[in-house]
Amino acid sequence: MNDRPRDADDPIEPGAQPRVGGSPDSGESPTVVHAPEEAEVAAPAVAPPTDDRRVDEDDVWGSAFRRIMSGNLVMALLAILTSLVVGGILIAFTDERVQETSGYFFARPTDMLAAVWDAVFGAYSALFQGSILNFSRADAGFAQLIKPLTDTLNFATPLIAAGLGVAIAFRVGLFNIGGRGQMLWAAAAAGWVGFSFELPPVLHVLVAIAVGIVAGAIWGAVAGALKAYTGAHEVIVTIMLNFVALWFITWMLRTPGLLQNSENNNPISPPMPESAILAPIFGPPFSLHWGFVLSVAAVVFCSWLINRSNLGFQFRAVGYNASAALNAGMDVKRITMLAMLFAGGFMGLAGAQQVTGSVTTGFTSGIDAGIGFDAITVALLGGSTPWGTFFAGLLFGAFKAGGFRMQAAEGVPIDIILVVQSFIVLFIAAPPLVRAMFGLPQPGRKSRRQRRDEAALRTMTEQQPKTEQKGEQA
Amino acid sequence: MTTQQPVDAQAPTPVETIELERAVVKHWKAPISYAVLTLVALILMVVLGRDGDATLRLASRGDLFALPDAVLPARPTGIVVVILLAALTALSFWAAATVRRLGIWLPIVFGLLFVIGFLSWSGAGAMIPIAGLLFATVGLSVPLIFGAMGGVISERAGVVNIAIEAQLLGGAFTGAVVASTTGSTIVGVLAAMVAAALVSMVLAVFAIRYFVEQVIVGVVLNVLITGLTNFLYSSVLTDNPALNSPERLPKLPIPILEGIPLLGPALFRQSIIVYAMYIIVPLIAWGLFKTTWGLRLRAIGEHPLAADTVGIKVTRLRFWNVTLAGAVAGLGGAYFTLDSNGAFTREMTAGLGYIALAAVIFGQWHPIKAMAAALLFGFASALQQTLGAIGSPVPSEFMLMLPYIITILAVAGFIGQSRAPAASGKPYIKQ
Repeated sequence: MNDRPRDADDPIEPGAQPRVGGSPDSGESPTVVHAPEEAEVAAPAVAPPTDDRRVDEDDVWGSAFRRIMSGNLVMALLAILTSLVVGGILIAFTDERVQETSGYFFARPTDMLAAVWDAVFGAYSALFQGSILNFSRADAGFAQLIKPLTDTLNFATPLIAAGLGVAIAFRVGLFNIGGRGQMLWAAAAAGWVGFSFELPPVLHVLVAIAVGIVAGAIWGAVAGALKAYTGAHEVIVTIMLNFVALWFITWMLRTPGLLQNSENNNPISPPMPESAILAPIFGPPFSLHWGFVLSVAAVVFCSWLINRSNLGFQFRAVGYNASAALNAGMDVKRITMLAMLFAGGFMGLAGAQQVTGSVTTGFTSGIDAGIGFDAITVALLGGSTPWGTFFAGLLFGAFKAGGFRMQAAEGVPIDIILVVQSFIVLFIAAPPLVRAMFGLPQPGRKSRRQRRDEAALRTMTEQQPKTEQKGEQA
Repeated sequence: MTTQQPVDAQAPTPVETIELERAVVKHWKAPISYAVLTLVALILMVVLGRDGDATLRLASRGDLFALPDAVLPARPTGIVVVILLAALTALSFWAAATVRRLGIWLPIVFGLLFVIGFLSWSGAGAMIPIAGLLFATVGLSVPLIFGAMGGVISERAGVVNIAIEAQLLGGAFTGAVVASTTGSTIVGVLAAMVAAALVSMVLAVFAIRYFVEQVIVGVVLNVLITGLTNFLYSSVLTDNPALNSPERLPKLPIPILEGIPLLGPALFRQSIIVYAMYIIVPLIAWGLFKTTWGLRLRAIGEHPLAADTVGIKVTRLRFWNVTLAGAVAGLGGAYFTLDSNGAFTREMTAGLGYIALAAVIFGQWHPIKAMAAALLFGFASALQQTLGAIGSPVPSEFMLMLPYIITILAVAGFIGQSRAPAASGKPYIKQ
């Protein structure tokens, strides 16, 4: 333990401070063999080191508390909590009974408070019962009790796959807003394979999904190639490609001979045959299908790809610092394109799951159901890691499953889910805001006690010789 | 090499005449684009040519004098147009090869010829009301232009504004509700501006104060405002229709000017919001390039550190300009509920905010060019509606795709140059 407080002038020991430009996988300090990049030089200046070493023995718990409370998990939980509170306020505000009772709030405040409680508690208990456990049907048997949980997994299935499509792009420093277009192409391709060919049951659905993945990957790679070889910003390109895909698929859906169901005039595709539908895992009454297992497999694959494969290493290297990666001999353009290819592929899985699992009676141009955009929030909440995305997908799947019940039982429009989700992401993206709201310590900023001690020390060191520093602070 | 040495030391053998090599950069993208368009015209208008006459009705009611209908025989017109387009393309190739600069007239003439050829081809055997087409163009362009102005101001100040959609939607909703409750459309318009400015402030706080990735904030804001307005619409407005029945802004025809054939009804038979647009767009253009405000705005968007060094308060200036951008976009939102539609409906902006963003990029972050881009996109959309009514040979979806494809080509560098303000999207962290 270092017994001397550190000044700004002290040399900074390597390894003691968090690196900003991205740390190599080994915890050791890197041997710089080339001319130092800008990020390597500038990093220590950007992040002031959180100085745990000079905390006194009796402040260990305080320090541990601070570290936990400024961690990512707590931030995520607080963000979710705050967003639910905001959602609750909106629900209460728009509730009719609350509006009536607020008219005579000062005469009988309990009426309004009870109405607020009824509205918010009713909505959120419906949300819970629609997504986790259904107590109202508990007497109908265990299956009915846990059926909402399987609904949640079902809704989470495409969210997880699509979330991976955003997360993997984030890791390469790319922002994939093109989920909608990629999912639409995948859905169209998988649907076309589904209703146009006759294949044996299991093979058929697998081929359909594979073709969907390829279609999504190609549409993603188009954006990646434009980014890599012309410098066009991927955000703009993917947004624009979304609309191009939307109108193209809309046209195909209303053109006989392409995707339109020949039996009517509506812009809708023919229904999927039995052989091209993902089978349920447990059978009735559960609707959970094998698509969920595919999503879990996708998470495992993505985790391996990012963390263990050579390509994933290059992905991360480009994401941390593209010029350093270029310097190290990586083909940044190729990596950019490949990253969007994989991102589109995961989106494609989500799109294919939609037509082979969720909407099997023929799809319209709304088949993506906003999942391409939800995926952004899923990936952000999941911290762009595969397993983080998995759990974030489960959470948002639960919101979706519960939201439908909330709408049906309590008359709260399901759009509130969108609001809560967006608030979660806004709060997640700005940890200082959440910390300020809950009065939590900001990392890098010293606690009040530390500041006080330091001030005392400074006055003492100015007055006394350096040898008598310790143990005398008031 | 660190020390500078005289050139002679490196070239010991004296050369009698030194030929300086001139760097000649030939730009082939524009001619190639023209060639592709000419090829498209050739295929559509000649190979797939249609017989019959296209009647372009130029007159409308209330004109000072009536223009006669223009009757264009489809196939001959197509052939003439393709020949002219080919000539212009050849000219463009010649200019590129000899590194000459051609004026702005070339793309304009090329575009006009293409449109005339396309109209005569697609309207063969039918009548196209040109005055109505132009009227619809202005109507569809107004929210795009306001949104694009919001985008230009914000991005010039260094904050990427993906949230134009949210600003339009928030403005439309608030405008409708406030105008309905107060009974005053002007108050509604002001409320729309305030609401959109508030949306912008959220963007500004997260982007400038908390250094959150600006694109993420923008996208999330779009989702948030969509969800919020949908929620409030379903839970409040549908039960209380009185909250969603604003009076519409009256059309105020300007005497004499409204009688100008073709352009009069489109430009001068509009509401106060549209007239405000005629003032605001040049004002922004003048302000950006001729005033201290504009100079500082561009400085913080291009090089905030340099701006900070000379004493410009980067953070504060960015914040208020992003807010201003929201207020301008809010006018576009008010146009939806208080002029064109007359009530709020779910997701009524329908992605127009993204087209406005496209107009910003295609318009090279310049107010006047962005307005031209927005008008072009509005024209494509109006043409799609008109052709849909007379039975178009081109599927309407392909017309709807046009703005997006043009934008992709623009950002990929095939059409014009698109270079964003240097610090756009980068937070400024003061050391």
